Amino acid sequence: MKAIANGAAFAAGLVLAVLALPAGAHAFLHHADPRVGSTVAHSPAQVTLQFTEKLEPAFSTLKVLDAAGKEVDAHDLKVEGVSMRVTIPSPLDPGKYRVQWRALSVDTHVTDGEFTFEVGR
Amino acid sequence: MRKLVQLLLATLACAGITQGALGHGFAGQRFFPATLATDDPFVSDELSLPTYSRRRLGAGGDEPAATQSAASVDFTKRITSNFGLGFGATYLELSNGEATARGWDNLGLSAKYQFHKDDKGESIASVGVDWDIGASGAKSIGAESFSTITPAIFFGKGFGNVGDDAKWLRPLALTGSVGVGIPSRKGTTTTDEDGNESVEQHPDVLNVGFALEYSLPYLQSFVKDVGLAEPFNRVIPLVEFALEKPLDRGGGSWTGTVNPGFVWAGKYIQLGLEAVIPVGSRTGGGTGVLFQLHFFLDDIAPRGVGRPLL
Repeated sequence: MKAIANGAAFAAGLVLAVLALPAGAHAFLHHADPRVGSTVAHSPAQVTLQFTEKLEPAFSTLKVLDAAGKEVDAHDLKVEGVSMRVTIPSPLDPGKYRVQWRALSVDTHVTDGEFTFEVGR
Repeated sequence: MRKLVQLLLATLACAGITQGALGHGFAGQRFFPATLATDDPFVSDELSLPTYSRRRLGAGGDEPAATQSAASVDFTKRITSNFGLGFGATYLELSNGEATARGWDNLGLSAKYQFHKDDKGESIASVGVDWDIGASGAKSIGAESFSTITPAIFFGKGFGNVGDDAKWLRPLALTGSVGVGIPSRKGTTTTDEDGNESVEQHPDVLNVGFALEYSLPYLQSFVKDVGLAEPFNRVIPLVEFALEKPLDRGGGSWTGTVNPGFVWAGKYIQLGLEAVIPVGSRTGGGTGVLFQLHFFLDDIAPRGVGRPLL
């Protein structure tokens, strides 16, 4: 049991050391506006994503596509800290829209994904 | 300065040096967590320390029923982005109430090559071999005097592509492995005090393991934000099956355990907790517990030990 206790103590020390690390890891989507899979009553003026890590603007992307696959955002991606956003230049028609993103965190890990939201009739 | 940073990142990206979906267990937007009882289908830079289990074992042959506690360390390191090596060691304690035996089990070495990854299909597959090094552990806890080589195939598949009608199934994923443990010796002959010989057969053993996972992070980020907050938005409930069947030299039926539980995947570490439930009467014993603390080295040291050597 002594060896097991020593191992547990060593693991606890590792956890403390890890917790002291500076931020920097894979960027996971934390929150989106409009929310993932939601239905909104009116066309949003912008689509905003917040991630778990600080982003590097150079290789992060965000697109909003309609049901036909046409990009409906203003191609004006703005990346600040842990968030990225694009504006919607003209009100969206009712229907389903797809948000595609790619996030490069500042320590060079890349994650990507997509989700949908719906504009109600 | 900013231009310089961007130029450097561009160079890294062009050279394929950015981590991308490499490391960790990613296929597209699917993150496969490290499972506790079955081997992972991907190659990564990861450390499990400790994996702790405790379970009452049933009596079998000359062995009396005993309580087994085990603490393991497992370390895997990418040599290239698709090829990695691993090392594992387990400290065992066996107690039957009257006597206690302690010691290291045989050391394990492994190699794995990830030959398939489909980001759109959320699938991943690898082949590998594990070498349980005979006589490297303590006889007192029953470490085998012979080696066992286990070639195996590993797979992972996410269900993210199912249609809108079944969108609640998209967070599901299945990972697993199939391998055959081949002992270096077919049997061990022992002679008792009266000069009688007995032979213990060492059959080839089919090892099958799989894990069915439901990822709440996947649900939140890609299907439907149901409003889960920390720490629940990082929880992945799962059930693992670790089964084996002797194939020859007397054969035998399936034995193993089914392990329901969950993992919590944080930024740098992952915690896992499972119940260990014996399957069938031949497995025997009682329900136990399995716990693991797992470190994502590719996130902890992305420019050091957490990246491929080559």
